[in-house]
Amino acid sequence: MAARDSQFPKLDVREATKVYHTRSGDLLAIDRCSLAVEEGEIVSIVGPSGSGKTTLLWSMSGLHHLTSGEIALDGQRVDGPHPDISMVFQDANLLPWRTIVANIRFPFEIKGAKPDTAWIDQLMHRVGLEGFGQRMPRELSGGMQQRVALVRALSFKPSVLLMDEPFGALDAFTREEMNHLIEEIYLDTRTTIVLVTHSIDEAIFLSDRIVVMSARPGRIANIHRVPFERPRSLEIMGTKEVFDLTHTIKSEIVGDQISKARNRKNAANLSKAS
Amino acid sequence: MASSDAIPDFKQSPDGGGEVGVANMSGLAAGPGIKSAREVAIIALVAVLVIGGAELLLLAFGVPQYVLPRPSEIAWALVTDFHLIAPHLGHTLVELISGFTIGATVGLILAAVITQFPFAEKIITPYILLLVTTPMLALVPLLILRFGFGYEPRIIAVALASGPMVMINATTGFRRVDSAKIALARSYGASTLQIFWKIRAPMALPMIFVGLMVGSIFGLLTAVGAEMVGGGFGLGNRLTSYSSMIQMPQFFAVVLILSFLGILIYMIFFLLAKRYASWEA
Ligand SMILES: Nc1ncnc2c1ncn2[C@@H]1O[C@H](COP(=O)(O)OP(=O)(O)OP(=O)(O)O)[C@@H](O)[C@H]1O
Ligand SMILES: [Mg+2]
Repeated sequence: MAARDSQFPKLDVREATKVYHTRSGDLLAIDRCSLAVEEGEIVSIVGPSGSGKTTLLWSMSGLHHLTSGEIALDGQRVDGPHPDISMVFQDANLLPWRTIVANIRFPFEIKGAKPDTAWIDQLMHRVGLEGFGQRMPRELSGGMQQRVALVRALSFKPSVLLMDEPFGALDAFTREEMNHLIEEIYLDTRTTIVLVTHSIDEAIFLSDRIVVMSARPGRIANIHRVPFERPRSLEIMGTKEVFDLTHTIKSEIVGDQISKARNRKNAANLSKAS
Repeated sequence: MASSDAIPDFKQSPDGGGEVGVANMSGLAAGPGIKSAREVAIIALVAVLVIGGAELLLLAFGVPQYVLPRPSEIAWALVTDFHLIAPHLGHTLVELISGFTIGATVGLILAAVITQFPFAEKIITPYILLLVTTPMLALVPLLILRFGFGYEPRIIAVALASGPMVMINATTGFRRVDSAKIALARSYGASTLQIFWKIRAPMALPMIFVGLMVGSIFGLLTAVGAEMVGGGFGLGNRLTSYSSMIQMPQFFAVVLILSFLGILIYMIFFLLAKRYASWEA
């Protein structure tokens, strides 16, 4: 375990605010979100659809320019894509005209670096994809494609891994498998991970902390600590502690939506009455 | 900066938006796939029946040669007169290949450049549509006045006919932006040029092949048409000359060569597309 040698958090989100300028007007997607992700931590972001999870994650990756606020990596301001930050996108996002190997080498090609073949082979072995290098993406199942995406994201040893609903399109079993895989790789590399997910189970199984966002505007509503030791077994998922935590987070997400809907209804009634 | 704010969650059809109707001929690229020996046998049998049937019918009804020659007469003319036709085939190929190369190159470059600038695209597209829909043959008499009866007017006409076809299809291809794939490249720090060569160009490739195929066929039509308008050489010139001399077997021999040329062009681009852009199928 790397000793913390810095007074800075690994990834520091300070008052991040993003306004989208659209044809139908401005939209405040995230509003003054602050979050300090520590080195070697796994943080999940959950929240209702449209609460700005993707926006927040893309801002962390440097793919978005914030309207105000800033993101810092090891205390250094992030302006644009950073070589130490890697992103796993929703549905694998492989390039269909390239073989699996060529897909995994893509980041190196862009960076003009020599691929670290030993490390890539090790990762391929770890995710059970040896011998699939020369296949085309369409020949692989969804789960396998997502594992390729994971290998691609880790191939250049980033110190931060950002994942946007990486397993959203997978069935429950494959998803569980992927969660174990992530934990295993994490225990090996201690990569700092930020994960957007719709699954509270997944968030609890993987994370040290869970960030709950509320919608319109997207704000950080609450942050929960998940106290279990790693490696975590599936048994913990049946404990009362997990049950309570799940319930709390669920009601925070659903409650937020219900109260917003109620407010809209009240407002509508008021305007009707006047 | 619309592109930098794009989000992969937006369910974008991989075909992209706003395809130009006339340009979308991807059906051509699908091509026929011949599967078994049995299919080949049936196809051959039908061909024999059609050709043999035509032969017999023409014989039975005593259709004179100057109206419609029998297949055997056409085949014989092809054998005996090929050495007379071959130089003209060469001329047509020169016009087609040089005109198409010029047109396709300019078309591809223009497509690549204007799709980087949406506003330029809006300005230029109507003119390209005009070029696509106007038969370039109409300009040939004018070109002949200016350039004489040599290769030049024909090469220009071929370039003008094939270039816009290539361009409009390539534009459709380059417009197929998949924001998630572009974001992927950007997340590794890709430059605009890298995004073009590593994402946009490969994504456009299937449509580029369709454009090259349609463009070259249009080029062939235009080359032959231009040869019929004026000048003493080329397969089109042979058509007018043989028909005016009522040498119908030779006339149809030339038609046969032209069909063969068309099919050859189709096959070349079909195979190229299969080799380099089959990932889409
Ligand atoms: N490129 C964009 N242009 C304009 N508005 C956008 C853009 N991207 C997102 N939005 C809007 O910003 C808000 C937050 O979107 P975002 O995608 O970050 O939410 P999310 O929490 O990831 O939602 P989901 O769970 O559905 O993925 C939404 O209201 C969305 O419509
Ligand atoms: Mg999202």
